[in-house]
Amino acid sequence: MLIIVLLILISLTIAIVFLVAFVWSMRSGQFDDTYGPSVRILFDDKKKKDL
Amino acid sequence: MDVTVNEKVVCYHCGQPCEEIFLQDDKSFCCYGCKTVYEILNEHNLCEYYAFDKNPGVTLRHVSEETYAFLDERKIRKQLLEFDSANFSRIRFYVPNIHCISCIWLLENLQKLQTGVLKSEVNFSGKIVRIDFNPEQVSLSKLGQLLTSLGYAPRINLKEENQSVSISSKQLIIKLAIAGFAFGNVMLLSFPEYLGLNESDLALQRLFSWLNIILALPAIFYSGQEFFINAWKSFKQKQINIDVPIAVGLLALLVRSTFDITTNNGPGYLDSLTGLIFFLLIGRWFQSKTYDSLAFDRDYKSYFPLAVQRWKENEWCPVVVYELEPQDIIRIRNMEIVPADSMLRSDEAYFDYSFVTGESKPVKATKGALVYAGGKLVGHPVELVVQKKTAQSQLTSLWNEAAFRKPNESVYKKIIDRAAHRFTWIVLALAVGTGVFWYYYNAYQMWLVLTSVLMVACPCALALAAPFTYGNMLRVFGRYGFYLKNADVIERLAAINALVFDKTGTITYGASAVTFKGVLSVQEQGWIKLLASTSTHPLSKLVAQHITQKSDAVLIGLKEFPGKGIQAVVAGKNIRVGSATFTGNAGGGETNSRVFVAIDGLARGYYEIETSIRPEAKGLVTRLGSVVKALLSGDQPMEAIRMQTVFPPSVQLLFNQSPHIKLNFISELQKQNYKVMMIGDGLNDSGALQQSDVGIAVTDDTGVFTPASDGILAGNMLGKLDSFLRLAKKSTAILKTGFVISFCYNAIALSVAMSGLLTPLIAAILMPISSVSVVSFTSLAVNWVARKEFKNL
Repeated sequence: MLIIVLLILISLTIAIVFLVAFVWSMRSGQFDDTYGPSVRILFDDKKKKDL
Repeated sequence: MDVTVNEKVVCYHCGQPCEEIFLQDDKSFCCYGCKTVYEILNEHNLCEYYAFDKNPGVTLRHVSEETYAFLDERKIRKQLLEFDSANFSRIRFYVPNIHCISCIWLLENLQKLQTGVLKSEVNFSGKIVRIDFNPEQVSLSKLGQLLTSLGYAPRINLKEENQSVSISSKQLIIKLAIAGFAFGNVMLLSFPEYLGLNESDLALQRLFSWLNIILALPAIFYSGQEFFINAWKSFKQKQINIDVPIAVGLLALLVRSTFDITTNNGPGYLDSLTGLIFFLLIGRWFQSKTYDSLAFDRDYKSYFPLAVQRWKENEWCPVVVYELEPQDIIRIRNMEIVPADSMLRSDEAYFDYSFVTGESKPVKATKGALVYAGGKLVGHPVELVVQKKTAQSQLTSLWNEAAFRKPNESVYKKIIDRAAHRFTWIVLALAVGTGVFWYYYNAYQMWLVLTSVLMVACPCALALAAPFTYGNMLRVFGRYGFYLKNADVIERLAAINALVFDKTGTITYGASAVTFKGVLSVQEQGWIKLLASTSTHPLSKLVAQHITQKSDAVLIGLKEFPGKGIQAVVAGKNIRVGSATFTGNAGGGETNSRVFVAIDGLARGYYEIETSIRPEAKGLVTRLGSVVKALLSGDQPMEAIRMQTVFPPSVQLLFNQSPHIKLNFISELQKQNYKVMMIGDGLNDSGALQQSDVGIAVTDDTGVFTPASDGILAGNMLGKLDSFLRLAKKSTAILKTGFVISFCYNAIALSVAMSGLLTPLIAAILMPISSVSVVSFTSLAVNWVARKEFKNL
């Protein structure tokens, strides 16, 4: 039975890691703009040099 | 191939069809503004802008130069800036015009256009540009000006509430995630329980139960905190709202479960508890989502120019409108609104009071005349002497009308709270009664039965039915071009039994029938179009729109005589367009709706401008029948005959109605116990819209926004108004049915629970089932009813 306890604990830990990751991503604003970054990555950034 | 005869030429910048063509680098532009933007971009090597999207620009309106000067006022600056220091500042501009990839690209390259801009970043979903800049090199007003000159005019609202809203919706999602996480895991760990394995491995079962408690605690006290907070608040106000039984139910479940687990009595009901919180939060999220899709802003200050130019210490400097004092000298430019009742200091001026009276014909004022707040200047800049502080002036008093605020919760107590109120007391009474009975009958069983009763009667179905029904209906309405402020409006819509229409913009609409009476050659028509398009006067605009013939002639000596007409020399001919006297059309019949033409002093005829009646209006009025009570119009009564073709004789047709009379008319109807719905076009009847039980603004241009209204109806959907009313009634019926269903559930389950036959476990399973079934019933019913209503669309 010990193995079940161990498995449960591992699965919970992983689940909590994902929950924390989600909360973090939400808080840090990664879901604020779901369109902009996908476009921004395609822009040529040659002009960034002469900033 | 590029010889285009019809209007198929579109602006390279904004994609609008060109009425007249401005050429630059073989590219055609619809107006000077668009061409300028192209030139600016070209100069800075930013023409990549046009590579991402076809015709990405935004049409430019006339931008007066100092519009953003007020941003440099210290007080305003402080309110708007996110961060400020000597050489680094950060601002977030809300720019409604952001719409495509090119916008993002251009707005993120602002530093190439303007020295002093350090970095700019676009939040596409929020339509927000965040600009870091060096205030020593570039002023805030210059930034506003720059954005506007590119066609991305920022909307400045001094009441910054958007930020807190987005934070709270973020928090709700985090709460939802945690509740969902807890729910899923608790269910997983309860599996042995579900399968009846509890006898075989007691130690494991205990471990699972304890894990469940640990998992459930954040769900209850973080995700579910608002239920407890709301319940506590309502207690303090000595009221009982829907959150009280929810909070009691949650607490009962928690206490009961913890008790069971700690005393080793069983696994508790934490799966139901976390599931309940999860579903309740989904309901709230759904609700807030639908509300968010229509952000209403009721700050009337956004109508006035936020700052005006005031003469102080020998120079003009911007000042916030509400800081104006009597005797201040202010300057107003063309198309700006008079911020306070003032006296005219310049020789003469023309004011358009359509905001106040509904009449768009400018009124002439001479030196020393009193000019009222809300009037819009037409023509040359003028100087004014402020007479009254803004708060006292006429327009504000209309807005500040005591009855301006809608009687909300106090009168229209939400059905749900009403039901919950009774429900709560009944359940509590039943619980107590059952408790007493069982105490004497079988004391050992008492707590078990008591929790069963409280749990099974948890009114979650009640709590969910309303947001799901109305939330769905809001979405359906939105899909068909009818945007409501919130779900309460649907409830009020259902009770409407009197309708009052405004004329202009509602029954008739802006797109007009223009006919020319007289003789003009095709070439001459082109000249007139050219001339008329230089003026911002509404009638000139209509004439310019009407004529399709283009001309590339050059205007010489263009001169506008405000309130009279315009004059210029084209191809050696002196052309005048304007009023009858101005053009020498004596006896031509001077009215509001005729534009006369004279060429070389010779009267040539006039354009008769007729606002046309919406084709669907008559059908709508007929279908609505006796519910329609009146037509109120700020216009002249000569329209009466035309209106009689739309309205049956039973409807009152009232003309020359000022906003105040309109408002009084509505409140008179309300005194006769009518629930009145006012359908108007916006500002000049905003008082009436606000006074009515439901005020609907009809708009053909979705950018137009009326704060006093409860909803915005797209002009082309006006004919469906009766359908919307019917649907509102039906959704109330659906909601009631939902209530009945959940009541039946509760009644049956309650009686079983009271008899002691129902274990709390089954009670807890029944609870989510009942809410899920009620929610799916209401959502499906709403969509089904709506599809039936709009099936031929």
